[in-house]
Amino acid sequence: MIIAERKPINEILGMVRDAEKILVLGCRGCVTVCSAGGDREVEILASLIRLGMQKQGKKVETVEGSLVRQCDKEYIDEIDQWTGQYDAIVSMACGVGVNFIANLRPTVKVYPGVNTSFLGGSADQGVWTEQCAGCGNCVLHLTGGLCPVARCAKSLMNGPCGGSVNGRCEIHQDVECIWQSIHDRLGRIGNADAMHTIAPIRDWSTAGHGGPRKVLRDDLTV
Amino acid sequence: MTYTPDIQAFCCHYTSQQTVAEGREGMREEGMPANVTLNRLVCTGKLQVSTLLKAFEEGADGVYVVGCPADQCHNVKGSQRAAKRVNAIKKALAELAVEPERIEMFHLERGFHPEFIEAAQVMNKRISALGPCPFKGETP
Repeated sequence: MIIAERKPINEILGMVRDAEKILVLGCRGCVTVCSAGGDREVEILASLIRLGMQKQGKKVETVEGSLVRQCDKEYIDEIDQWTGQYDAIVSMACGVGVNFIANLRPTVKVYPGVNTSFLGGSADQGVWTEQCAGCGNCVLHLTGGLCPVARCAKSLMNGPCGGSVNGRCEIHQDVECIWQSIHDRLGRIGNADAMHTIAPIRDWSTAGHGGPRKVLRDDLTV
Repeated sequence: MTYTPDIQAFCCHYTSQQTVAEGREGMREEGMPANVTLNRLVCTGKLQVSTLLKAFEEGADGVYVVGCPADQCHNVKGSQRAAKRVNAIKKALAELAVEPERIEMFHLERGFHPEFIEAAQVMNKRISALGPCPFKGETP
């Protein structure tokens, strides 16, 4: 899922300083699961915005809502139920949601309530870790299912760097050396020879270096 | 002009039981400040961040939570959860340049009512010294 974190409240207050009616809009997708932008976080942010404005001696009205997703056109249309009740939207969806609202509602002021962090999973309650870089050219079949692009600090493709010590990364003791883990795991699943395969120089054009990416499924377009 | 802070206390059933059994008059005789409003809950783990923020929105100058000792909560981790949420609000208050000590978590043994009253007195003294909450837009 997409992992996000609420922006500092003062940054958000700065964005909406001229607004008198604010729609705080959550998303019931990824950001609900990672507790950054679901209904509960909408309630909290709306309260913090009111308190922050109150402290500045300003009066603000907030409307709270959430959409099933903010990354699909048909759900964005549901924003129209609040027409006239806001002069700015603070979207608590990932950056996709903010972009979709901006794309589809050309005259609406929309601001991000969260920082979109990474593609990851829940390692423990309240802990999320990056697992995928969305690079567009998956090599997990060669690396025992563990991603060197996202989980190696240097995105190395041919084994660890010289900074790997006792299975930990040189950038921080808390970070596992994913190449050590790839090595160990390939051995456990009887595929240790895969470590000898030299990965060719990587074409990063699928990773966004060639501009905004697009997937077109002709069988689904009518 | 004298200032009497509005203090909202959120207490679990167990930690407040003995004190509340004293009744309003009994509590006052024991030294419970009259400006502290008790909000009783089945467990402080039930408290949401938004509930505590709402207390500030509704005019509280100070807010505190009284739950069981961290390792003795009737619901296992209820008071630990409450303490985390209180910490989250301390951070949010600091972000808004409001004194984080306007909210506090107390862990008390069940039925220890002198300590329960003492927590209220500690908060009353602290919040009285801090003055009105800046969210009220008043000059301290």
